[in-house]
Amino acid sequence: MGQLLVLSGKGGTGKTTVASALIQLSKVKLFADCDVDAPNLDLVMHQTVDPIITDYSGLPKAFIHEEQCIECGQCQSQCRFDAISHDQVKKTYVVDLNACEGCGVCELVCPVGAVHLEPIVDGHLQLYKSERVFSTAQLKMGSGTSGMLVTKVKRQMLEQGVESEWAIIDGSPGIGCPVIASISGVDYVLIVAEPSLSGISDMERIVTTASRFGVKTFICVNKFDVNIEYTDKIEAYAKAKGLDFVGRIPYDSQAVKVINQGKTIVEIDCASGRAVQGIYENIKKVIDNGGNL
Amino acid sequence: MKIALLSGKGGTGKTFVSVNMAFVAEKAMYIDCDVEEPNGHLFLNPQIEAVEEVKVAMPKIDHEKCTGCRKCVEFCRFNALAYVNNAVKVFEDVCHSCGGCMLVCPENAIVEKDKTIGKIEKGRSGEVSVKTGILNMGEASGVPIVKQLIENVSIEEELSIIDAPPGSACIVMEAIKDVDYCVLVAEPTIFGTQNLSMVHELVKLFDIPYGVVLNKCLDDENPAEKYCEENEIHVIGKVMYSHDLALLSSQGEIVSRVDSSYYAKFKTMLERIFEEVHHGTTSRA
Repeated sequence: MGQLLVLSGKGGTGKTTVASALIQLSKVKLFADCDVDAPNLDLVMHQTVDPIITDYSGLPKAFIHEEQCIECGQCQSQCRFDAISHDQVKKTYVVDLNACEGCGVCELVCPVGAVHLEPIVDGHLQLYKSERVFSTAQLKMGSGTSGMLVTKVKRQMLEQGVESEWAIIDGSPGIGCPVIASISGVDYVLIVAEPSLSGISDMERIVTTASRFGVKTFICVNKFDVNIEYTDKIEAYAKAKGLDFVGRIPYDSQAVKVINQGKTIVEIDCASGRAVQGIYENIKKVIDNGGNL
Repeated sequence: MKIALLSGKGGTGKTFVSVNMAFVAEKAMYIDCDVEEPNGHLFLNPQIEAVEEVKVAMPKIDHEKCTGCRKCVEFCRFNALAYVNNAVKVFEDVCHSCGGCMLVCPENAIVEKDKTIGKIEKGRSGEVSVKTGILNMGEASGVPIVKQLIENVSIEEELSIIDAPPGSACIVMEAIKDVDYCVLVAEPTIFGTQNLSMVHELVKLFDIPYGVVLNKCLDDENPAEKYCEENEIHVIGKVMYSHDLALLSSQGEIVSRVDSSYYAKFKTMLERIFEEVHHGTTSRA
């Protein structure tokens, strides 16, 4: 089985719009939304079954028992994350759970055993399972363990015993922890770039990040007609890097309308939908031909 | 005064609004906290005056002193240490620099060394001083860069405009700590609206005054605008989508510099924020 991950570097270039269209066109049986900080794929992938929801806990966090605390301040002085402060009223030290990374140093240094690490809920996983499997999740606000949750979302998708030639995964913006976790193990990355100075700068950073994993990378441009000169630059960049440039999608106000109806852009006849159809065929050609467009 | 711009969803126009506000403010500091993909400098084009490296501590094993007791390996919650081929090995990519291994080692065989994870560029663009945080590629977390970016930002004398990363994870919380006002930038899609509701929850949780800028608006119904109406959120500005605007922005142009109607628009937004902060007349939890 092959896994295709949709990424962009810059946010808002159209990852979910393109990923949902590819899921619709390819009729893949396995798909997932790994943008656990801001998931959106569920809004256009209507499911007839109710999701199975499970709690997600990252690393256990520190709790200080106030009746045991002797206010020595060791925990605060050793905490590297500024997560511990003194509560003068309650005469104890307290942990800011948003800042705590669960390292356990405070538990280690507490001379009276007043600190304990306890699991907390950092978010939840959702699984929609019928003849198709859709795995998604939502991280709780302020949580710092998105990479672990991304890995769980992918694992949940793969462990349902559903055979599929393909899996399509919607990724998250940026180049950090959740992106790195999402790239690990996939076969192909499709980068949705935007023809702007910002878009090009961000695309170069994600291409470099992805290349460290040796994953075959495709590039397409969304809203290409906003700046055709930069679109040409992106295509030239792809060629120079030996990446497959698989298509251009025009700016299309129809796309906004269709998305706002909760549909993918290939469910009506519109310019952006037709362009993604072309991109889908190009990607398939490359994969079927063992890597050549 | 410190103003932070956030959005939940990426690409709604945080940087667009931030750089225009900084430009019309006459005197301001612009701080780019979107360290994974910093873009504000592409618009402001600052003359770089100084570069600061951002470093974190990494454990370094003294193999002469190490007796192979593996207490450090057992302690590390992040699996950043392993005992392979009769030696402790450090996996720097997953190390959180907590210092626990050093504390737990009975032989004092672990010391710390610096590892550079990114940098902060400081510069000037006309009346705007610019700080840009840049995470090195391959690094997992930009939180230490954001911490370094916002420390020592003076509260009284200057206007600071903080361009936050997308999402609502820990790095965003770090960026909006101690700000006076949050501007939530929203686009007119159901995606944008879902993510607007997330950051709306976030600013309510932190009890920070806030308002919304509706960006990329079309003539059709705007679900983000509807959300603001339903939740009685103050809309401080509205920017329509136009091809000309998209083209100018794509070229890295600050539209307020070339078009006086945008200058006036962003000036008004900024004045509304000042008014709300000074009079406390804002939507708040």
